[in-house]
Amino acid sequence: MTDFLQLFFSGMATGAIYGLAALGFTLLWQASGTINFAQGEFVMLPAFMMLAFLSFGAPLAVSFVLSVVVAVIVLGWVFKRGIVDPLFKYGMMPIVVATIGLSIAMRNGLRAGYSAEAHPFPSLFPDKLYNIAGVTITLSDVGTFALALALVFATQAFITRTVTGRAMQAVAQNTESASVLGINVPRMIFYAFAINAVLAVAAALLVTPTYLAKFDMGESLGNKAFFAAIIGGFNNSRGALLGGLIVGVCENLAAAYISPAYKDAVALVIFMIVILFKPQGLLGKKEERKV
Amino acid sequence: MQKRTTLKLIAACAVLATAGSALAQNTIKIANIVELSGGGATAGTNFKNGVELAVKEINASGGILGKKIETVTSDTQSNPGVAKGLTQKAVDDNVFAIFGPVFSGSIMVSMAESRKAEIPNFTGGEAASITMQGNPYIFRTSFTQATAMPKVARYISDQAKLKSIAIIYVNNDFGKGGLDMIKKALEKSTTKVVAEISTDAGQVDFSAAVLKAKQSNADGVFAYSNEEESARILRELRKQGWNKPVIGETTLTGQKVIELAGEAANGAVAHVGLTVDAPLPAIRAFRAKFEKEYKYISDHNGMKGYSGIYTLKAAIEKVGKLDRKAVAVAMHTLKVSTAKEPGILMDVQFDANGDLDRESFMVEVKNGKQEVVATLPPLGGAAVPVKK
Amino acid sequence: MNNKSRLALLVIALALLVVPQFLKNYGIYLLSYWLVFVIATMGLNLTVGYAGQKSLGHAAFFGIGAYTVAILMKAGISFWLGLPAAALICFVVGVILGFPALRVQTIYLAFATLGFNTAIWLVMRNEEWLTGGTFGINNIARPALAGVSLEGNLAYYYFVLAMAVLLALLLYGLLRSPWGKAFTALRDNPIRAESLGVDIRSYTLLSFAIGAAYAGVAGALFASLVQFIEPAPFAVGASIMMYLMVVVGGPGYFFGPLLGAAVGVLLPEWLRFAQAWYLFVFGAAVVLLMIWLPDGLLSIPDRIRAKKQARLASAQRAAAAQSAAKATGATA
Repeated sequence: MTDFLQLFFSGMATGAIYGLAALGFTLLWQASGTINFAQGEFVMLPAFMMLAFLSFGAPLAVSFVLSVVVAVIVLGWVFKRGIVDPLFKYGMMPIVVATIGLSIAMRNGLRAGYSAEAHPFPSLFPDKLYNIAGVTITLSDVGTFALALALVFATQAFITRTVTGRAMQAVAQNTESASVLGINVPRMIFYAFAINAVLAVAAALLVTPTYLAKFDMGESLGNKAFFAAIIGGFNNSRGALLGGLIVGVCENLAAAYISPAYKDAVALVIFMIVILFKPQGLLGKKEERKV
Repeated sequence: MQKRTTLKLIAACAVLATAGSALAQNTIKIANIVELSGGGATAGTNFKNGVELAVKEINASGGILGKKIETVTSDTQSNPGVAKGLTQKAVDDNVFAIFGPVFSGSIMVSMAESRKAEIPNFTGGEAASITMQGNPYIFRTSFTQATAMPKVARYISDQAKLKSIAIIYVNNDFGKGGLDMIKKALEKSTTKVVAEISTDAGQVDFSAAVLKAKQSNADGVFAYSNEEESARILRELRKQGWNKPVIGETTLTGQKVIELAGEAANGAVAHVGLTVDAPLPAIRAFRAKFEKEYKYISDHNGMKGYSGIYTLKAAIEKVGKLDRKAVAVAMHTLKVSTAKEPGILMDVQFDANGDLDRESFMVEVKNGKQEVVATLPPLGGAAVPVKK
Repeated sequence: MNNKSRLALLVIALALLVVPQFLKNYGIYLLSYWLVFVIATMGLNLTVGYAGQKSLGHAAFFGIGAYTVAILMKAGISFWLGLPAAALICFVVGVILGFPALRVQTIYLAFATLGFNTAIWLVMRNEEWLTGGTFGINNIARPALAGVSLEGNLAYYYFVLAMAVLLALLLYGLLRSPWGKAFTALRDNPIRAESLGVDIRSYTLLSFAIGAAYAGVAGALFASLVQFIEPAPFAVGASIMMYLMVVVGGPGYFFGPLLGAAVGVLLPEWLRFAQAWYLFVFGAAVVLLMIWLPDGLLSIPDRIRAKKQARLASAQRAAAAQSAAKATGATA
């Protein structure tokens, strides 16, 4: 039983990170119909940005803040203006293909331009173990989970409780009506991209100590975030977190109890079932087919 | 439609251009086919750097038989299929010898091509099966698992005196080969293998694997995976409070692994065929030269590449001419000592399978550094603690 | 097809027949590799370009075809039985997958196929008793046709070329038939097609299954070409690459796969001189291509034509306006 709990908790921590990445993914989808296949790389790049700032002697907190600023500009504004805006009118697939190309470019640009090797990344939390009723939990697992949860709820609160957030929701639901009501649609969409960038940097901060900073660290993370977003519900922000937690926990349990080789299959099976029987996700709302 | 024709013609021309080039008469062409990206990037890059350092030195002192060496490097992306294609390309280019790939999975596939073309192929791969294919053109630059594992097993049962051991291994040619060999070697010993935990190349999350090791109540763990994964295993072991012996092979205590695992690497013990920290003058010299050239400390793969080139030089000089077949034959009975050729780094002897035999070391990571705690002689003999 | 296109086609055909005689092993291998992907991309083009279905799981069928042939040949069964078996199995699997998957809306189909691909890849990787797991299946032989061995690279190339031409003709015939017209109707406006009596379900299913069968044949040829298969080339990444190939070439254009496969297979080879940067350039090129040519490379002539027509139309409008102004001016 203690083993189960242990796996459960460490799975929750990993899952919370997936949830962060999935949340940004979902936001982008809602705000602009963008399916960002480069989401994993959006986490990878800030990891290296932070490493760069750290190597200049900046403390971790400062590096984080600086990276957030850079990420909002590059992964938020430049990405939106450079890629999403021109392709918006052509429909979904060109954006998908462009983001695929972008992920290949980002991954290999870093590999060629900086380093092909893995780099260590300082952990936010010191190495401490807690033993509660026979279950060993690490401080970093607890801290990661708490931080990720806080961010998700903060984002959720922002979207539902502030005026700007509500305006973003309006844009997501019906762009034309929103602009008729005087909402600055492009700016609202930009905010979605900006939030995605911030969440990505946070995810990087939390996940890189374990994953190690490497040009391909984004690949598996991007996939998991994608699955998590679908499972939770593509058009619901809380769903992203739920999806992430489900994926994180199930993976861990599957690796220990079923077979390490098929651990990816668990998330996959859930994903497939959700897709085929409840495509809007566990918490999502059914999207009407527009004629 | 016109554009497409032009595109096609350009394609044909480009392919023609890249597909052929005549063997220059005054240089010895060597193809360096290594992993520069993907899971093997660390190993491949170090191997390449070792090769290039050796080539530079040899060219500076007049080359081999008066001819300079020319190397052409290409990236296998840690993909066996790509490695095979690149080997074919090297064959087309009529190179004298091929160095690489380093990864066992890749060399197992690409060596069919070098064998067909009868070109000597030096590899850094360690899987036992590499030299069991009856290929007369494959030569190692490191131990085969068939030689290394018995030494590790002896350490586990005789010196660490562990009653039981859990094995965490990576599910590929390299890891499985190692698993089979260590199991075989431990069969007749007092140590029991109580868990065999499979992990994947590129795996990031080892919490389940380490948990399984803990559940097995083994007296120690034998961790056998590639560099990055080893670092992650060490970190996870530390994270979950594992305080029993952690034993491994060369890949567990490499410089890069120590760098990536940080504190978590301290205390790990490994059997190492090649280490820059060995107290031998030839190796000390290599370490200094490598660090001067590349501004970082080499790992064992750098030594593989470096000594491999010098091995080839020794073989060519033994034969006296640039004949690939003759060189391959000469390799099978080659014996080189560091007195004659310091570049070989350690006295070495090759056998009919392309395997080599040398001294090796037991290394422990202390304070973020590799420290040699014992030197093991080639095949047989007891471990000798190192005199400082 | 107009005369310019006919000429271009002839030149290409001649090049394909003659150029390989002058190439070394690696060059021939590369061309064969490209042709195999052309076949696979043709299948995907049918599904994506003509029928408008977003399939991101094509590499799974490619892999099923390859492993079918490899496993059968290892068991002693001839390649010539393995090849149709591969196509058939892929067709059936395509139908089975398509049945539930096509009920969901477009973007969710993409996800479902992605999931399918991952599942198949996992099986390939884990079921060692069947597929050799991560070690793959090595030393796959090349077949012999009517006594002539196809072991040599050149001979095998011509075989692959023949298969590619055959399959292309088959596809062409299919697209010209009423079935083909129905596919295109589906792509352009599924609701209108439905109202006209086109059974969406069975046609999308069919396009999906035929596309899968093409990938299966390509996979079979691939196995004997590279003579070593492992799960990596059949993962989701490969599916995405194939999708890229269709989109870059131009979805719905018959010759799109030729260009798309060239971009996906040959371009990284040409760019190899750029050493480590070639994949970066490739990725960046795809992004730029999407921004400037979202309908793929083969849409260039259409765009030029459209621009010309637009210019012509506005010129005519201007002239008409002028003459109208003159007329009214005259009467005013």
